[in-house]
This record gives sequence, C-alpha cells and structure tokens, in this order.
Amino acid sequence: MSWFDKLLPPKIKSEGRGKKAVPEGLWRKCPECGAVLYSAEIEGNKEVCPKCQYHMRIGARKRLDMFLDKEPRIEIGAELRPIDILKFKDSKKYKDRLADAQKATGEKDALIVMRGQVLGLPLVAAAFEFSFMGGSMGSVVGERFVRGVDACIEHEIPLVCFSASGGARMQEALFSLMQMAKTSAALTRMGEKGLPFISVLTDPTMGGVSASLAMLGDLVIAEPNALIGFAGPRVIEQTVRETLPEGFQRSEFLLDHGAIDLIINRNEMRDRLASLVSMLSRRTLIPRRAPAADASAS
Amino acid sequence: MNQNYLDFEQSIADLEAKIEALRNSGKDGEVNIDDEIKRLRAKSRKLTESIFTALTPWQIAQLARHPQRPYTLDYLQRIFTDFEELHGDRAFADDPAIVSGLARLDGQPVVVIGHQKGRDTREKVRRNFGMPRPEGYRKALRLMHTAERFHLPVLTFIDTPGAYPGVGAEERGQSEAIARNLYVMAALKTPILSTVIGEGGSGGALAIGVCDRMLMLQYATYAVISPEGCASILWKSADMAPTAAEAMGITAERLLKLGLVDAVIPEPMGGAHRDIDAMAATLKASLLAHLATLNSLSVDQLVAARYARLMHYGQFEEI
Repeated sequence: MSWFDKLLPPKIKSEGRGKKAVPEGLWRKCPECGAVLYSAEIEGNKEVCPKCQYHMRIGARKRLDMFLDKEPRIEIGAELRPIDILKFKDSKKYKDRLADAQKATGEKDALIVMRGQVLGLPLVAAAFEFSFMGGSMGSVVGERFVRGVDACIEHEIPLVCFSASGGARMQEALFSLMQMAKTSAALTRMGEKGLPFISVLTDPTMGGVSASLAMLGDLVIAEPNALIGFAGPRVIEQTVRETLPEGFQRSEFLLDHGAIDLIINRNEMRDRLASLVSMLSRRTLIPRRAPAADASAS
Repeated sequence: MNQNYLDFEQSIADLEAKIEALRNSGKDGEVNIDDEIKRLRAKSRKLTESIFTALTPWQIAQLARHPQRPYTLDYLQRIFTDFEELHGDRAFADDPAIVSGLARLDGQPVVVIGHQKGRDTREKVRRNFGMPRPEGYRKALRLMHTAERFHLPVLTFIDTPGAYPGVGAEERGQSEAIARNLYVMAALKTPILSTVIGEGGSGGALAIGVCDRMLMLQYATYAVISPEGCASILWKSADMAPTAAEAMGITAERLLKLGLVDAVIPEPMGGAHRDIDAMAATLKASLLAHLATLNSLSVDQLVAARYARLMHYGQFEEI
C-alpha cells in the first residue's frame, strides 16, 4: 500500500481494486455507479462517467492536453531531475522509488508545466501527476512550479495549476516542507505583478500542496467530488475519535463552507476557465474560428 | 523511574538520587561524605556529557518534547519586557495554541508570535497541546500585518507537533490559513526572525516560520512529518520512529549542515530545561545579534534577500 492510500477512506481504496476486476479493453466499469460503459465513451467524455458524472483521476499530460490548444506548447523545467540528497531509505531506497515511479509514469517527477494557449489566450498551465509518488511535492515539483511562475512574469501571462497531490514528499524531508514556502513566495511575487493565478483542485489535493500553492489562487476552483483538505480523513478520525460527516472534505463541502469559489465539471473546464482568465486579465476572448473562416478572412 | 528524566537519562537520574540520599544522610557535616558527594557530582557531570555528546536523532526528538522543556511564555518572561498579549483573529476566536503580542527586546519594540503548549493537564487541553487551529494562524497573520504597518520586527518561536487535524479546523480552512501566512510572510516589509525552540512540526510550524533568519536550539527538531507519522506511513509501524527520525535528518546539527538553518544555539548541559535562565540568556544574546544584522538592512534589501533565500530551497539536478 502506498503512503497516500493510507490516507484515503476505505471506499476509495476498494475502487482501485475493483477496477482491476474488469479487464482493460473495450468495456470499463464506472467505479462510482458501477455502470458498464464503452471505453471510448468515457474517454470521449474526458474520463467522466456519462451516467453519474463521476470524475476519474487523470494523468498530468492528459490533463494539459485536454486543456491547452494544440499549439504552441513549450514545456518548462523538463530538464530538472530529482536527486536523493539525504540517501533516504525506508523499506525501499528513495532512489529506487524514483526510478520505479519514472518507469511507471514516463515522467521525471510529479509536476508538468507548459506554456501555451487556451482558446488563443496565452498562459502557463501546470498539472500534478498523482501516479508519481502520490503527486508529492519535492524539490523538482517546487522548482518547476517556480519556473512556471517566472515564465508568467516574463511574458505577463496568467497561471493555471491543476493540483492532485497527497502533500509533501517525506523522502525529501525538510527540503520538501520548504517547497511550500518557495512556491507560495513565487505566487506572492506574481500577485504583486497583477497577474492572475487560478488554482484548480482535483482529486485529491491534500497536505502540504493544499496548504500552500493550491489554496492561493485568485480563484480557487474544484472538480466535483474531489477530496480536498489539510489532514487526511484517517488522521482526523484517529485524532477526534468520531466518524466523519458524510461528504467531509469533498468539493461540495468546501463550497458550502466558503473555502472555494466554484465547482466546474471537467467537460466545461476549458471554456469556463478561459472565460474567467480572460476577464481577470481584461482581455477579449476570441472564439475559435473554423479553418474555413480563417481562409476566407485572409 | 524518575519522570523528570527520559529513559536514556535514567543512569544520570540514579546517580542524582544517590547524591540526594547522601546529602540527606550527611546533614551532620562529616567531611568524608562531602568528598563522596563531590566525587559523585563529577561522575554525574561526566556521565551527562558522555550521554549528551552521542544523542541519537530520536533521543533529541524526545528532548524537544520533554514535558519540562521551556515553552514560548517561559522565554517571553525572561527575554522580553513590557509584554502585552494580544488576542483573537477578529473573525472567529482566540486560539490559545498560539500566543502573540507586543513586547520590548532590550528596549526595541517587537511583535512576538509563538506556539504555546500547556504544562499541566488542564493547560495542555486549553492550549490544544500546541496544535493551532486556523484562527491561531489568522491571529498570527493579523499581528504580522500590524508589525509591518508600524515597522516592528517579528520574532517567532516554533514549538508545535503540527497544525491541528480536526473537523472544525478543516471546516474553517486550515489549509488556506497556513497557505496565506506563507504567502504574506514571503514579502512582509519588516524583519522576521524565527527560532525553533522545541518541535518544528511540518506546515503547522512553517506557517509562522517563513523568515530572514532561522535559528534552532541545539535539541530542537524540525521536520516535514513527525517521526511516528513518517514511520507508520513508510515503515507501516510507529515503532520505527527512531529509524524515521534518523532518515529524515530532523536535528539542528543536521539541518545546519544541509543549509536549511542559519544558526544552532547551544543548550545547557542536559538540555534547556536543566537551566532555563541560562538558556534564555543565550537565546537572547543570539536574537539580539541576528536582529541587529537585519535591522541594518533596508526594507527592499531585506525582502529581496528573503525572496532569494526562499527560491534557493531545494536540491535537484539539471540535465
């Protein structure tokens, strides 16, 4: 069991196992409502169950691919690689955990940052890769985030970040804690320049990521039913020794408590974010024109 | 077993008990007993030295949480004058897990903010074992803004197991409260000097710990998660806490070597709680020295240097 699984309520864990029961291929079962659906149908619906609107977790590249215009796309910080400065070893060496995560995900670390456009609006977009050690924030995640912010400042463009993280990366110990301070400080500087930062919280956004960059958006937006909080539900249950209320730490709960601005369904995310970003940066959003219209205009 | 001593100090406790017994029996002033006491005292000192020069990170973690360890208010009494505690976040409540207020350090007015643990059971519960809720961080934030407005340096004292993991804390935005402090402290236009005096517990500590100078008492710890928490997640057993403490590098000495802490303030032999007055005097001297350096910088220099310092955190390679 990974360290993050331990934080999750049993329901979520069983979903992971249930998924394996259905072989990969033509059909997939919704982990929430159990509906058996065409894989293509789920994929076409941005990994959202068409029956119950359950938002499945998606990887960072897929997320950015859905969000950004096809081009231009310039990756930021791809040259950064994690190192094991503390020679950290639990049941496994951190070095080996990194190698395994890199092999499994094809990524070097848990945050992908790109400069691109959304509906023609230039911006920087970042997304956490939850499959990479629980999307945990270590030095590389912090540095890539900061370089993303620096690019925003250089080009005077907004930042959108999709979080999905269990929190700080324990294997980098205090260095990982300091990434909370580092990323937050970069956002302070960005705020001073009057550039908008939109934070999108996806399932799950917890711990040190939640308690730093993720909660610092000029707008804080969540996908439906995402687990969002500081302490994991298990830890809270053990501390207060009572059963947690239904829907505790879910997006809708946070909305009710005034912690986030709004909830947006993944299928509307791109258009509505583009609209919000354009308003914050006082720009007109030019609707995408069909290629034919482009040709006739020229 | 003597509760004033940790398990690895029991041999010292035994010797001290022996000295005490001799002293009581020797009230009639026999010379040979005085010599014996002197001999035992020297032995006790030697034993303490030998134990304390080879402390493991886990032993240091226990010292950092020693029930008799001085807390923020103990230092406030001894180091500052004219302290007035200021309460409340102006929105929800006053959180006694954080104390804050105005005080003078050698005459200079400053804002002081620190975690506060309780000494007896009732006080421990009232202070929530030094684990702040969002209103505690928001009270701290409010006073940081006050400090900025009136150009007063901020001195923070870190001593918490972590931010409180409770239902109400989550409902009132624990994450946002911590994040907001990080955001504001990064560019606060006044010096911030932080000292870890006991436990530096993760985000709950950092939320009053973004600073221009980070000091640590010799037997304080600072970590991203408690050794027990780390052990139960990564080793699947809280019993592995000593191993986790070692792996994470939570001690002042190690963090100084890693460049994450600016100075380590030595503690009296046996730890801060063995001589609180001496500890307070050393800490005061160190605070004054570091504050003098920070006071000599312009606000622009200060904020630029703090930003550079924050951006410097991290270890990675670039291909």
